[in-house]
Amino acid sequence: MRRQVGWLAGQFVATLALASALVFLVLRVLPGDAAVVALGVNATPEALARWRAEHGTDRPLLAQYGDWMGGLLRGDFGTSFVTGHDLTTLIADRVQVTLILVGLGMLLAVLVAVPLGTIAAVTHRSAWGTVIAGASQVGVAVPNFLVGVLLVSFVAVHVGWLPAGGWTPPAVDPAGFWRHAILPAVSLGTVQAAVMTRYVRSAVLEVMREDFLRTARAAGHTRTSALVRHGLRNAGVPVVTVVGVQLAAMLVGAVVVERVFVVPGLGSLLVDSVQQRDLQAVQSIVVVLVALVVVVNFVVDLLYTVLDPRLRVAR
Amino acid sequence: MARPASRLTSPSAPDRVQHGTQHGTRRGTRRSISRSARLRPHAFGAALAALMVAALAACTAGSTAQDPSASPGAARTDVTIAVGAEPVNLDFTTTSGAAIPQLLMNNVYETLVKIDQDGSLVPLLATSWDVSDDRTQYTFHLRQGVTFSDGRPFTADDVVASFDRVRTDWLNAIKGKMDVVASTEKVDDATVRVTLSQPSNAWLFNLGTSVGAIFPATLDFDLKTAAVGTGPYEVTQVRQGDRIVLAGRDDYWGGPARLTTVTVRYLTDTTAAVNALRAGDVDMLFNSATGDQVRQLAGNAAFQVVEGTSTGDVLLSFNNRTAPFDDVRVRQAFAYAIDRQAVMDTASAGYGTLVGAMVTPQDPFYEDLTGVHPYDPDKARALLAEAGQQNLRVTFDVPNLAYATTAAELIVSQLAEVGVTATISTLEFPAVWLDKVFTRHDFQMSVIQHSEANDMLTVFHRDYYLGYDDSVIAPIAARADAGTPEEFVTGMKQVARQIVDDAGGVVLYLAPTLIVADKGLTGIAANAVTESMDLTTLAWTS
Repeated sequence: MRRQVGWLAGQFVATLALASALVFLVLRVLPGDAAVVALGVNATPEALARWRAEHGTDRPLLAQYGDWMGGLLRGDFGTSFVTGHDLTTLIADRVQVTLILVGLGMLLAVLVAVPLGTIAAVTHRSAWGTVIAGASQVGVAVPNFLVGVLLVSFVAVHVGWLPAGGWTPPAVDPAGFWRHAILPAVSLGTVQAAVMTRYVRSAVLEVMREDFLRTARAAGHTRTSALVRHGLRNAGVPVVTVVGVQLAAMLVGAVVVERVFVVPGLGSLLVDSVQQRDLQAVQSIVVVLVALVVVVNFVVDLLYTVLDPRLRVAR
Repeated sequence: MARPASRLTSPSAPDRVQHGTQHGTRRGTRRSISRSARLRPHAFGAALAALMVAALAACTAGSTAQDPSASPGAARTDVTIAVGAEPVNLDFTTTSGAAIPQLLMNNVYETLVKIDQDGSLVPLLATSWDVSDDRTQYTFHLRQGVTFSDGRPFTADDVVASFDRVRTDWLNAIKGKMDVVASTEKVDDATVRVTLSQPSNAWLFNLGTSVGAIFPATLDFDLKTAAVGTGPYEVTQVRQGDRIVLAGRDDYWGGPARLTTVTVRYLTDTTAAVNALRAGDVDMLFNSATGDQVRQLAGNAAFQVVEGTSTGDVLLSFNNRTAPFDDVRVRQAFAYAIDRQAVMDTASAGYGTLVGAMVTPQDPFYEDLTGVHPYDPDKARALLAEAGQQNLRVTFDVPNLAYATTAAELIVSQLAEVGVTATISTLEFPAVWLDKVFTRHDFQMSVIQHSEANDMLTVFHRDYYLGYDDSVIAPIAARADAGTPEEFVTGMKQVARQIVDDAGGVVLYLAPTLIVADKGLTGIAANAVTESMDLTTLAWTS
């Protein structure tokens, strides 16, 4: 077990190191000069040179990478090229917003998908099962932003129940927070719910063919109680995996949803920073996103070794 | 001769929402999964709950503008405005981009003189000024009883320090507008004398723009994140990517500000802005909706649409340095080939003003030059034949901004009518466009909005990206600037006429300032005569 954790932790560090180097290099070959974008048209050559010296973009690539990594290891993301803001606080602020959205969306997805998927599996030979399976198939195909756009136009614009966009931190005004958070969370969650429903359905179907269920039935359980007492626990294993994989995917989906609902999360910050060639900000945000994805996968892997003794053998 | 700098902006350019497909793919679980019954069913739930609790608990308290609940019958004193382009920071002395002065000028920072809605100069922090006979010495008499938002009194020292810093500390290229200043001296606390190295008609006008902003003499705050000015509003909150909140000052020299809170929300996506207005989240759209969207909203009785002029010339630019556009006949042919009214109808839903030159109707030397190159495909074909360019192929570098891509499509089809094949190449704005077209001059033809006030001489300067040959106009412009006000007008008319004759570039239209607002708002300053979005007269009637 300890070896297992050590192995995973090693992978974790290696992934982050590789990702940071890649991001750094890719950003440096993008066309566009951060100095010109920051200082704008007609900036004198002297002003441009002064800006580059101030921000260290005239130094050798390796030195720039070293500066950045040195800061990262100290937990310091540095200062934005363009806005002058401290990136550590800025990214921390934005990560919270995105995590709240993704968390709410996932919670919603699980709350919808587990009962629906189970019903679909149990009734898979009847009309109900077919309807749920079909609906989830449609749901999987719908992009997040479309759900968002539809929600805005109906709930916010036509009916006026909720604001069309924006954000209020929960600590500032809980009521305002929920009013702003519901629509983006729902648009993230509905698509996820459809994806998860399909996974839950197939997991439960698989469990229903298991011997232990037949044993439980023989021991006097009804089909439903056998499923609830024994089946769902087992079906939970693949579902946990899917939650992990989908959490990572939802981080990406959040970028688009944040755009539609004008939510100041990590995704909007990333898009803005790329446009302004705020390289310091972009590379730091990407590394944070990679770290989040890696952490989720890491936790899923660890859960496996907890859940499944057969995976603990040394590789 | 002061060379004012030019700015390019993307007013209300909607960012493209990337329609990435959403991971709807069914991914198999990555390993064969144990069917052992050792699952702890709460593990996942607990993990997720922990994640959410952590995120929620970590939320730092900020402060948001709460709508003060207006007492019944009293007019509201808060307003929320949607604007497209967000200031990257608050420091226009080192950062270019029209978004910063748009928010701060007049509202937070003030100038000695102000350019009013019809383009004339009126007193602001200076109550009056005297000009010496040789027009090189300006003596400004300063307004008394003015304070900065942090309580410091405004004196001659602040003017001297602000003007001196333009030369020493500013990185923004518009600092060139103050190059003509030889010295700024304090005569006494209420009087400042500015000496110019040569007479300049343009300089006094430039004082009404951001280069003339008056800062405190001692800058003990970070200009990027704070703003201390003498205007009726002060910046109380900056939430990057979201909003900037201004609070009205009770101690403003012109009486208490009309509004207690002005929240400016930055909505890059025009659809999001329109939705916010219709949902009642914002009270006013300032240039943050497309012409088509404004046309639709105009039919809604709850809103008023106010159209003003701006200083933004949408310019079809040619690279005058290289073939085929080094031939004046080709440039003129393009000017005749383009139906500018149709372009304005398409790109801006008909809002805007057709102008021949980069001169706005508020400028003293304005004249209608739209008749110099009327839409005339036959004339265009004849000129191309004369230049030996019947089967001309050009590359058209277009920034990925809504108005530019729309205009470009139509221009391509109009050029096809006269036998020119133009191929559109879309460039990401700002980074790639600036690098390729603006810095490296690696282009044949492009289209962009130049939003700076009075930027004709900047854009048609030999070193600028168009590479226009200014050998004829430069001496005329220099004489005009140093001459009497009458000579200035005559000279600048000549310059504008020359540039239009040469077809150094084609001004497609002058962009409008389009405001859609709640019917209850009054005092909307529609004409953007400088970059400023002037909110000083905005108030609620009911």
